[in-house]
Amino acid sequence: MADISLIQLNSGEQGKVKKICAGGCATKRLYEMGFNTGAKVKVVKNDAGPIIVSLSGNKIALGRGLAQKIIIGN
Amino acid sequence: MNTIALVGNPNSGKTTLFNALTGSNQHVGNWPGVTVEKKEGVLKFNEKIYNIVDLPGTYSLGAFSEDEIVARDYILKGNPNVVINVVDATNIERNLYLTTQLLEMGAKVVVALNMIDEAKERNIKFDIKALSEKLGAPVIPTVASKRKGIEELIKQSIELIEKDIDFKANISYGENIDKEVEKLKGFLNNKDLEYPSQWIAIKLLEGDKYIYELVNKDENVNSSNEFKNVIHNIKNNTEDYELEIVDKRYEFVSNIADLTVTLPDEAEETITDKIDKVLTHKWLGLPIFALIMLIVFQLTFTVGEDLFGELMGRGIEILSEIIENLLIIINSPSWIISFVTEGIIGGVGAVVEFVPLIVVLYMLMGFLEDSGYMARAAYVMDNIMRALGLQGKTFISMIVGFGCNVPGIMSTRTLENKKDRMIAILINPFMSCGAKLPIYLVFIAAFFPNNGGLVLFFLYLLGIVVALLMGKIFSKTLFKGESSYFIMELPPYRLPTLRNVLRNMWDNVSGFLKRAGTTIFAVVTVLWVLAMLPLGVEPYGQSSILGQIGLFIAPIFRPAGFGTWQAAVGLFSGIAAKEAVIATLGMVYAGVSQGAELVSTIQEVFTPLTAASFMVMTLLYIPCAATIGTIKKETNSYKWAIFTVVYTFAIGWLGAVLVFQIGSLLGFS
Repeated sequence: MADISLIQLNSGEQGKVKKICAGGCATKRLYEMGFNTGAKVKVVKNDAGPIIVSLSGNKIALGRGLAQKIIIGN
Repeated sequence: MNTIALVGNPNSGKTTLFNALTGSNQHVGNWPGVTVEKKEGVLKFNEKIYNIVDLPGTYSLGAFSEDEIVARDYILKGNPNVVINVVDATNIERNLYLTTQLLEMGAKVVVALNMIDEAKERNIKFDIKALSEKLGAPVIPTVASKRKGIEELIKQSIELIEKDIDFKANISYGENIDKEVEKLKGFLNNKDLEYPSQWIAIKLLEGDKYIYELVNKDENVNSSNEFKNVIHNIKNNTEDYELEIVDKRYEFVSNIADLTVTLPDEAEETITDKIDKVLTHKWLGLPIFALIMLIVFQLTFTVGEDLFGELMGRGIEILSEIIENLLIIINSPSWIISFVTEGIIGGVGAVVEFVPLIVVLYMLMGFLEDSGYMARAAYVMDNIMRALGLQGKTFISMIVGFGCNVPGIMSTRTLENKKDRMIAILINPFMSCGAKLPIYLVFIAAFFPNNGGLVLFFLYLLGIVVALLMGKIFSKTLFKGESSYFIMELPPYRLPTLRNVLRNMWDNVSGFLKRAGTTIFAVVTVLWVLAMLPLGVEPYGQSSILGQIGLFIAPIFRPAGFGTWQAAVGLFSGIAAKEAVIATLGMVYAGVSQGAELVSTIQEVFTPLTAASFMVMTLLYIPCAATIGTIKKETNSYKWAIFTVVYTFAIGWLGAVLVFQIGSLLGFS
């Protein structure tokens, strides 16, 4: 599977964080919220508005722009 | 006195633990960012007294937002003897990230592995002994909400105070960074800096601008050219270092977690997931939010006013008669009788009458907060907020503002972006606070008794709409630039505990009563005196000083339909506190027509249309003194406080005039 962005995952799909391509500040925040390299993310909801993901059982809502910058690998 | 500080992620149960330790009544909400300022309390244990400090919940101890800085500064400069790190057991990795930062700072840490019951339910298993060994800090499982493990936690913390051990997380950040750290330490050691040199070195590499400035200001350190070169070099590479450090720290945490925590393979769909499918639904989310708010206001009205409100009114009336008779029996001078019955009971009583309503409203809001729904409300609002150049989290500060604008404005500290924060502060006064409720209620009782809940709902809605519109305007004019990214935890739904709901209610109601006894009482006293002077005039008449002041202001409000001196005085006194509007009206109107009830007098002086424009005015115009003061404090500038006063007055006036003029054109009266 080629690398895709978190926003391209549909509800119910999951993957591992490979890289974050945001500015330093946002990237750090994401890391601190648990989106570190290798973290397993499952998309709970991805239709309109911010996307909701489950990160080791905890739900986090994040804006679509931000979700786009999270690169998911396998 | 020894001090124990509480640190933890937002929503980890820190404030609940604080309450359990101190027996204090801090308000807890099931959403991130309830504690924005540190709170202090006292723990008594074995006849000794300990000072407990609850710090704002943070994910990290960087310098992202105001609340992180508050927490960090306290740990470094407040020198707590022990830090209790509250860790959410259901989310161990992210929480331990903060733990490692605490250890790196050299703090004496006790880990409270909180919500261990929820973790068990989710099949998360811990090897507590191993976890404690790996961290080098005691780990105590707790359930703060049920007061389990608290005693053990206290004992361990107290024991640590006496012990003299070095706490340290020895994290290797990889060859490159470790080398840089060592190099920096060479410059920093023995320089008598406020913080541990290892920590400063890491923070410098992380690009922490506060620490950078601190070091740069220190003459001992910055005098060497060599050091300047090193710092310069770091500055060019900060971005790489910064992320590498966070990543390594996470690796460190992950390794510990892997060895000590067993997670279930696949989390099954929880009740929270099921509820969220409906409440955060693409199309249903917003209508459901609107419906919930409508129900809240309708219930407030039905239960608070119809059921208990009349009783309260009757009670105050009877009390007033008894007091008046007593005063007559003991032959009090007539001015005392007038002051007590017309001034105090007419004024303060008019406010106190609404306590049942406020009780109901705050209980319902407390229920929603506690349930975890409010974070969802911010979520469903994010789309609208984004279209307006704001973001979902701003909406949380707005909802807090429904209770009172002061905490609403304080809660903007969790917004990372300066632009977002300034806008959130400036629009908060439009969120209709509990103190404005009595004003609406009097006018609703006079003119719209059958649609009370609906009128309330639309007033609150109007407040939100105006706030959002102003937000849009501000983001296009005063504060240009990117809005911050949106990232927010959605905490699991919890059934609110009666204790929490009552506590939340009491926090607000006691504030309300306190204001009635202090600010409102003072305002009423001053106004009463002004209504009696100069001696010999007809009390509460136009020619009294009060009447003259009112007459002077009143023409401004003529285009809005309520250009009477009484209304003007009422609005003017409302700047002290919003309840004062109704207290003043209660005094000046009830004073005129002896014994007449405020509502029936209002019916004579106002019309449905002017009542509507008056309510819009009170909804939008100048916030109370406490709010203005908070704006000054939080923006750190008189300029913005004055700006808020001027622009909210303009908006309120404009709103009221529009309602009156358009209403008149449409044939309403």
